[in-house]
Amino acid sequence: MLDLRLYMLQRLSALVMAPLVLGHLALMVYAVQGGISAGEILARTQGSLGWALYYGLFLVAAAIHAAIGLRVILAETLALRSRAFLDLFTLAVGAVFLILGLRALHAVTLA
Amino acid sequence: MLDGPQTLSVSIWRGTGTTGAFQSFEVPRQGSQTVLDVVSWIQQNLDPTLTYRYACRVGMCGSCAMMVNGVPRWTCRTHVNKVDQGGALTIGPLRNLPVIKDLAADMDPFFEKWVKAEGLFHPARTRHEEVARVDPASEARRTADRAIECINCSVCYAACDTVAGNPDYLGPAALNRAWSVVNDERDAGRAEVLAAVSVSGGCHNCHSQGSCTRHCPNELSPLDSIAGLKRETARSFWRKGR
Repeated sequence: MLDLRLYMLQRLSALVMAPLVLGHLALMVYAVQGGISAGEILARTQGSLGWALYYGLFLVAAAIHAAIGLRVILAETLALRSRAFLDLFTLAVGAVFLILGLRALHAVTLA
Repeated sequence: MLDGPQTLSVSIWRGTGTTGAFQSFEVPRQGSQTVLDVVSWIQQNLDPTLTYRYACRVGMCGSCAMMVNGVPRWTCRTHVNKVDQGGALTIGPLRNLPVIKDLAADMDPFFEKWVKAEGLFHPARTRHEEVARVDPASEARRTADRAIECINCSVCYAACDTVAGNPDYLGPAALNRAWSVVNDERDAGRAEVLAAVSVSGGCHNCHSQGSCTRHCPNELSPLDSIAGLKRETARSFWRKGR
């Protein structure tokens, strides 16, 4: 159920995410010093094109990676063989993650 | 005198197709007794209708593999005293394959996948040309060497959890064979092999759990072969976009 294209997409999205995850963790450790508040986070992110691009790239990679990963889990757990159904599932999951992510990103950076 | 119980309690799968049940037999223990000896003793002394498969008895033909206490093994080279659990043996047909009868699994899906994986030689020369010279010390030849001793026993295929969850997955043996063809300098079908292992049931479905390598009776490493195929197909993806 994974062909070369999906395999490469999942590997490449992982490659993109790895440094972004480390950056995100480092930021969390930094931001939590002396307590954390919504206002403090928004003060950093709102109006920042840099953070919008950082988390924008992160969520695109995560949506691709998670959709393909869930496709594999679903196919192997339920022994599903229908390529058409799995393709639809992958696209739908990716689209939902992307839409939810973009909405949240828009709210904390550009809104 | 043998240590431990003098009799083996043997449970053997009996049935055709998808139906069946385990049947119990008592078999006398003997020195250096193999699991295949046990099955043969039952067939010769207790129940001539027991169906199983073997040929060479020396670990070359790859036809006697069965599940022994839940683990796929070549039964002709598996000594009872290495695998019995307090004198108990449970013997069943190979996992991940349809059952024909009793201990004889249907090997068709296994071999059909060898063909699907293009695990066959694609000649570049005719018989009228000189024989190709392959340097035994070359890297490609040494890589191929590590994969060519496969006896087609299907132990790796029975051990593979990815095959269990994904019936279209080509499986470790077919992919291992494809990797030895990719490394054969004489082979003219390298691109075809890489394309064949890149389809929806191809090498990219492997989760690298390594059961194939752990259980291979000839101590090959299909896991390494599949990793090699993933590397080569990824390289060809960047070069050709597929």
